[in-house]
Amino acid sequence: MEPKRRGTAAALKGTLISDLKSLVRGIGLQGANPLRRRLGDSIFTALVFLAAFTVIILMAMMVYELVRQSLPSIEQFGLGFLISRNWDPINNIYGGLPYIYGTVVSSLLALLMSVPLSLGIAIFLSQFAPRWLRSPLGILVDLLAAIPSVVYGLWGIFVLAPFLDKTVEPFLIKYLGGIPIFAGPAFGVGLFAASVVLAIMITPTISAISREAMLNVSRDQKEAAQALGATPWETVRMSVLPLARPGIVGAIILGLGRALGETMAVTMLIGNVRQLNTSIFAPAYSIASVIATEFAEVTEGPHMAALIEMALILLFITLLLNLLARLLVQKTGSRAARIKGRS
Amino acid sequence: MAGYLATNNLSASFGGGVQAIENITVEIPANKVTAIIGPSGCGKSTFLRCLNRMHELVPGAKASGEVVWDGRNIYASGMDATEVRRGIGMVFQKPNPFPLMSIEDNVSAGLRLASGRIGKAKIAEVVERSLKLAALWDEVKNKLHKPGGSLSGGQQQRLCIARALAVQPDVILMDEPCSALDPASTQKIEDTIDKLKKNYTIVIVTHNMQQAARVSDFTGFMLSKEMGEPGRMIEYGPTNKIFTMPERKETENYITGRFG
Repeated sequence: MEPKRRGTAAALKGTLISDLKSLVRGIGLQGANPLRRRLGDSIFTALVFLAAFTVIILMAMMVYELVRQSLPSIEQFGLGFLISRNWDPINNIYGGLPYIYGTVVSSLLALLMSVPLSLGIAIFLSQFAPRWLRSPLGILVDLLAAIPSVVYGLWGIFVLAPFLDKTVEPFLIKYLGGIPIFAGPAFGVGLFAASVVLAIMITPTISAISREAMLNVSRDQKEAAQALGATPWETVRMSVLPLARPGIVGAIILGLGRALGETMAVTMLIGNVRQLNTSIFAPAYSIASVIATEFAEVTEGPHMAALIEMALILLFITLLLNLLARLLVQKTGSRAARIKGRS
Repeated sequence: MAGYLATNNLSASFGGGVQAIENITVEIPANKVTAIIGPSGCGKSTFLRCLNRMHELVPGAKASGEVVWDGRNIYASGMDATEVRRGIGMVFQKPNPFPLMSIEDNVSAGLRLASGRIGKAKIAEVVERSLKLAALWDEVKNKLHKPGGSLSGGQQQRLCIARALAVQPDVILMDEPCSALDPASTQKIEDTIDKLKKNYTIVIVTHNMQQAARVSDFTGFMLSKEMGEPGRMIEYGPTNKIFTMPERKETENYITGRFG
């Protein structure tokens, strides 16, 4: 034991003087052991560095390629691309507003429906569910994420859309039709159907991550509320939700990211009509859908450039929202961490 | 007297049938400090947590027997556990203020739960009175809006005491309240306990015998015969008697430091 330790100590000391010196000394004193350890260390460092660097390279290449290929479109239409609703491949005039509108509105509607549902699931599973129910139900919710999106699309077309068309939409139109967003007629397939399916698809993500965040709230924090005579719901409101908030915000953002980029189910359900309609029941289009449907028929040229610019915009929206969310989480999270660190 | 507590054959178990305490019958006098001492694992915290129905919040945990408070058995059917906990407050081993809530809101948290809408002036008055009782007012009066988690450990514990006091309970249970604190903070909390007993009944679990001797009027000594055996109340009586001439051999051995 003793000689080995001295060897390590020598190697450590050597690090301070110079790497080379330590290597020589290591070999001179105790054979190859310190050398092998140092070598393993450098290989390991190089490997993990490479792994991390790969991501940066990939990201940079992707952005570079998107920008390069959409440059003709960017140069021709400028910022007008974002606010024009013209998409005319015959005359080669392009504007992406209906797609951007469809993507953003369907995702936000999906969040609106999914967040309350997911938080309900997370609160129930983390705080109220009896033990025997906890993991089967949790697994079931997680399994929702394993259903391929094309299956969601089929289910949406054959089950959900007719149901919305016959029951939910007429009901909403009848009682809330005065508000433009609920104005008729009912379509079935459209922005609303796409949003409902998106809501179901992002629920496992949001509920699973929120549940973890809520399970991480320590027992003494809950007991603090309980000892004051808080009811179970008051305990959730007083100690669980505030401390789980950074995690919940992160969960919502991940869900939003998934909704923004979802292609197959949305393409099958949104109706693929390039229009801006105040009614959420009307058919619409989304960025991912237009890329998926038109890409096959496009050759080089302005149309291609316009489609690639759409892809760039989608990437940009996703990155922007991610960044925003990260800042939000960091703000609330670091405050919690700072305070936790004190106690 | 509202602060009088009595247990009758109180037993408690955890999930899986692990018996933690068995057949404890004691009378805890009002407006006195009662200390529960005993080696680790003897069930003294469980006993304490049975006194305000906190024990049953652990999944699978059960309690049987009676705890009489204010003439009523708190385990009788029809007794509301949240109401019991409002009348019998608790301070925990590890200070647990709501870290993100302001100092002010921490103190008034229970108050706002219990009585719905109350005027701001009333809240401010209760906050000030509670913080003064907990000997924290002078240190925090200029930063009532700072988060509770920004205080030092000792201050956090006094904040928790103030929070428990704000709902005006009859009894305050303290589960090793000083074990995570430095001697200066411990001193402050012991002074606070001494002041509080004029108006409150206090039951304190401590593994520190000097502390029990310093702060308490009555002492109960608990012991479980072996690891895994349920804890029992071996001897219970006035503190000076327990510490000077205990009746039971086990008590004497523990107090003289022969084990534990």
